[in-house]
Amino acid sequence: MSSVEFRKDLFNDERDDNLQEIGKPTRRQDILGHVTGRSPYYDDHLFDGLLHMRCVRSPHHHARIRSIDTGMAERMPGVIRVVLARDVPNNLNTLLSLINFGKDEEKLIQDTKVAYIGEPVAAIIAETDRQARDACAAVKVDYEVLNHVLDPEEALSSDAPVVNEIYPNNTFDYHDLYDHQKLRFGDVEKGFAEADHIVEGEYQMSPIEQAPIETCGAIAAPETNDRYVCYTSTQALFFSLGTTAKLLNMASSRLHFIGGTVGGGFGGKVDSIVEPLSVLGAVLTGRPVKFMWDRTEEMQVGAPRGAERWRIKDGVARDGRILARAFTGFFDAGAYTRLSSYAIIKCSAHLPGPYTIPNVASNVFCVFTNRTPATAMRGFGITGVDFAIECHMDKVAETVGLNPIELRILNAYRDGDMKPHRRLAKNTALIECCQVAAQKSGWSIGADATRQSSLLGGGGARAEIPETVTDSAGRIGERRRAPVPTAPGEGAASKGHVRAGTQGIPIVAAAPQDEDMVIDPARTGYRGPSSTPTRIPDAAMTPDHSLQPAAAAAAPPPASRPGPVAPPSSSQYQQAKPPPPAAQMAPEPPAAQPPAVPQQPASQPYKPEKPFSRGVNRPGVSRFLSGSRRR
Amino acid sequence: MVTITTVETLQDAAANKGQGTAFLGGGTLLMRGVNYGDQNVSRIVRLRQPESLAGVSSEGERVRLGACATMATILKSADVAFLHAVARAVGGPAIRNMATVGGNVFAPHPYGDFAVALLALDAKLRMSDGSELELERLLAARETETRLIESVSAMRPAGDDFRFLKVTRVKPRGASVLSIAAWLPRRAGRISGARVAFGAMAPTPVRTPAVEAALEGVSLDQNGIDRALQSVANDLNPPDDSLASGWYRKEVAPVHLKRLLLGQGTR
Amino acid sequence: MSKTPVQFSLNGSPAAVFVDDAQNLLDVLRRGVGDLSPKYGCGQGTCGSCTVLIDGEPHLSCLTLAETVEGRAVETTNGLAEGPQLHALQEAFMENFAAQCGYCTPGMLMAAKALLDRTPRPSREEVIEAISGNICRCTGYEPIIDAILAASGQPTRRTG
Ligand SMILES: Cc1cc2nc3c(=O)[nH]c(=O)nc-3n(C[C@H](O)[C@H](O)[C@H](O)COP(=O)(O)OP(=O)(O)OC[C@H]3O[C@@H](n4cnc5c(N)ncnc54)[C@H](O)[C@@H]3O)c2cc1C
Ligand code: FES
Ligand code: FES
Repeated sequence: MSSVEFRKDLFNDERDDNLQEIGKPTRRQDILGHVTGRSPYYDDHLFDGLLHMRCVRSPHHHARIRSIDTGMAERMPGVIRVVLARDVPNNLNTLLSLINFGKDEEKLIQDTKVAYIGEPVAAIIAETDRQARDACAAVKVDYEVLNHVLDPEEALSSDAPVVNEIYPNNTFDYHDLYDHQKLRFGDVEKGFAEADHIVEGEYQMSPIEQAPIETCGAIAAPETNDRYVCYTSTQALFFSLGTTAKLLNMASSRLHFIGGTVGGGFGGKVDSIVEPLSVLGAVLTGRPVKFMWDRTEEMQVGAPRGAERWRIKDGVARDGRILARAFTGFFDAGAYTRLSSYAIIKCSAHLPGPYTIPNVASNVFCVFTNRTPATAMRGFGITGVDFAIECHMDKVAETVGLNPIELRILNAYRDGDMKPHRRLAKNTALIECCQVAAQKSGWSIGADATRQSSLLGGGGARAEIPETVTDSAGRIGERRRAPVPTAPGEGAASKGHVRAGTQGIPIVAAAPQDEDMVIDPARTGYRGPSSTPTRIPDAAMTPDHSLQPAAAAAAPPPASRPGPVAPPSSSQYQQAKPPPPAAQMAPEPPAAQPPAVPQQPASQPYKPEKPFSRGVNRPGVSRFLSGSRRR
Repeated sequence: MVTITTVETLQDAAANKGQGTAFLGGGTLLMRGVNYGDQNVSRIVRLRQPESLAGVSSEGERVRLGACATMATILKSADVAFLHAVARAVGGPAIRNMATVGGNVFAPHPYGDFAVALLALDAKLRMSDGSELELERLLAARETETRLIESVSAMRPAGDDFRFLKVTRVKPRGASVLSIAAWLPRRAGRISGARVAFGAMAPTPVRTPAVEAALEGVSLDQNGIDRALQSVANDLNPPDDSLASGWYRKEVAPVHLKRLLLGQGTR
Repeated sequence: MSKTPVQFSLNGSPAAVFVDDAQNLLDVLRRGVGDLSPKYGCGQGTCGSCTVLIDGEPHLSCLTLAETVEGRAVETTNGLAEGPQLHALQEAFMENFAAQCGYCTPGMLMAAKALLDRTPRPSREEVIEAISGNICRCTGYEPIIDAILAASGQPTRRTG
């Protein structure tokens, strides 16, 4: 603990210095259980007559299943039940369907086509783990091996094999419009034209396995009240419960999930594969069933942080100011979506990193390949691109001959700056971090850089949304017909413009789906900003592009900090600032105006099409949540 | 399914050998297979008292190691101090309490660090049928060997004639990117009859005859070893695995051989 | 499937169980005897979370054929404390934040106990060597190393 140093001199007027816990050594409340070996992980629950489940898995990257012969396995000693795709009541899901994001596309157990090594095609339940393994080895699967694709850019080519039949273009569909997520802010082409240097770079990282020491697993058992108890390693208990209810077409009120003591997760325990399988096993056998991955499964089929490839193109002024930055990103989702689609949304809101750049554009692709599906891991969506951005910053510094820390301070975002996803930056601290890092590492920086502050120089012109150039390249399916360049703006037949100071489309918060989801200050003690919409006003839902001023949707700049003062280098932003809002915006068909960031199509605020339609058909009660909601 | 047969002597164990039967040493590899449902092993034969084959003793210019001696046994014996660095390079402390000399000879790539050292030290095996066999001969045909190892005898090197080096990705302990053992007897400062063996550079630990020939009559300095370093690539065709590609192994092998021969970074 | 009787001492008390053919010690301790303190992390010797002491020396229970502990003394984390009195290692692990998820902890404790039983005042390098067969994905090891040094009554690097 003693190695932690607090820099209380920074931002000291923003907090009371009366912290009771922070900065003081403390004991974990659960550590007594850990050191005595008594913390109850899911596998630390003993059941009489416990059965063991193991999976028969695909040895191929990509293959059609001609037939599965389980005859011999069924007759092997100790085998209680062979589970096939047909035993899964509702055998198609996508993890984020519980928040209505994406199409159902992944089977719990496959019966037609396998799309990655290790995809399960059958499960065996036996008296002992070894008997289940022996029976798995006796299952004969006749595969017709198909061509496979392991690189995301190869998967985008028009002749690439179709990995996931629900997404025949090998890309996740964004907003029912594009095969990638777009972000547009200002005009990068103009920025490149004004720049003295163009700096380009490509960066990529391999998948990373979370590798928790406890492997993923669950034990399910029938309870006496027609429910099933499930002890699980999940990191997302209700997510796993909802997913199980959906796949097994079972009222969530019949599921009793117990978790919370997790032997390491790091993101790798949200995918909710082991829970539905173990509960299914308990349903089919009427006995307690354990489904525990071994280490090989954890490494081979446990969803990792996916591979990413990034191309960054910067337009840089002689003095180091970055005038424009364009990103092309490829997330290798593996064979199914899991959480990659969402990582890209998160990523797009993060671009261009903690820097204020007047022109930013990005195209980010969620690509399906015949690799293990990817999922969450510590900061996913951000970590990979930050690696790329920071490598690139060094490259820029080298190109313009600037001290890399000074370059970062020069371009750092400051309180009150507008970010490309059209939220104002607040509580920024990159400048101070750079200054302290330089000091600690004995890296000298100039007097000007030492004087800078996150509190000063932001806002003003830097708080404005510039006129933004849009394009409609890369519509869903386009790439199947002919190659389309992947970089932002390239290959666009036509361009559109969104007026300076406007959002392009109105930003509205997701409407509560139910009265009881409206925040009740009396109950929660939370008084959110009064401007937070609780119900979407009907007006906001009309497909009318009378755009609202940005400030109305963005949070007001923090009042507690001193008002922004122009930084020494702020003239750049004055120069780069787009002309005052054009009197009128060329009216275009709405389709030609891609949404910059908001995740729902312009005219459609969030509204599940068929909200939570399976499950207990009691009005007002979600199938996928335990019990009824508080009314 | 796997059944267990417990016997009293190595000869009884050897008599039980056959299709699907494996002899249990320390079990660090065998039990891993059992846990993971290895369908090639259906019977395990074990000695009731493996300690009887775990002795370490001196025999003139050689030492004899019982096949069931563990790495920990080696580390406790002052007679074989020259092998301590090798034994310590195998696994972590728990593995060393279990891993046997006999099992190490059969350990698949990238394992077998101890066997690499034995190979350099001109090891001869005493087999369960009483015959003697050079380790090199057994390694070349270990997939089909049905006899069991009873003990191993190896040369006791003089001074710093014996050197061992192991390269890992994980620190302080991990599986080999490669390992090298060299026995470098010298006469008047010149090498005579060198034996150099590599681990994780071929399906089994192997000697490198071209390197050995290139070292004949040279002195252990930059100039003297130059030709040996260049010969490394001739003798080796290392496999790819998750630790390193064969290409990488081949590229770095001369670098590590140089460090070993010049006494930099031995352990 | 045949069952074989095995008798051994577990944390100083006699234990007797019937084991299945080829059952490993980890499984027998957990499901046969009901001592849940050793953990399964890999079943292949690589993680160390199943580490127990056999006759005072650390062994990987997942790779130990259960019948081979006949007549031997097995120690697990379950037996570390004496009644309500925690072992010095346990106290030090709590004090030094040496566990986050806690899954590696029982194996770490046993590896550390084997070290301290033999070497009451180990060097930092000896501590690192002693836990080199145990993987922790949460802590980054430093707090664990500190805790073991602290348990041996020595100053840790960071506070000392
Ligand atoms: C986590 C971990 C780390 C490891 N690290 C290393 C390392 O750093 N370096 C390294 O070299 N190895 C390493 N190994 C591999 C292994 O532990 C050692 O090679 C060990 O010496 C194998 O011996 P054993 O007695 O455990 O073999 P066992 O598992 O008992 O047997 C292995 C094979 O050898 C056969 N066999 C055993 N004894 C005899 C005999 N006397 N006669 C004939 N056949 C026999 C068995 O039938 C079996 O086929 C590691 C293993 C693990 C699990
Ligand atoms: S479970 Fe035994 S070492 Fe991992
Ligand atoms: S505390 Fe989680 S693995 Fe060590």
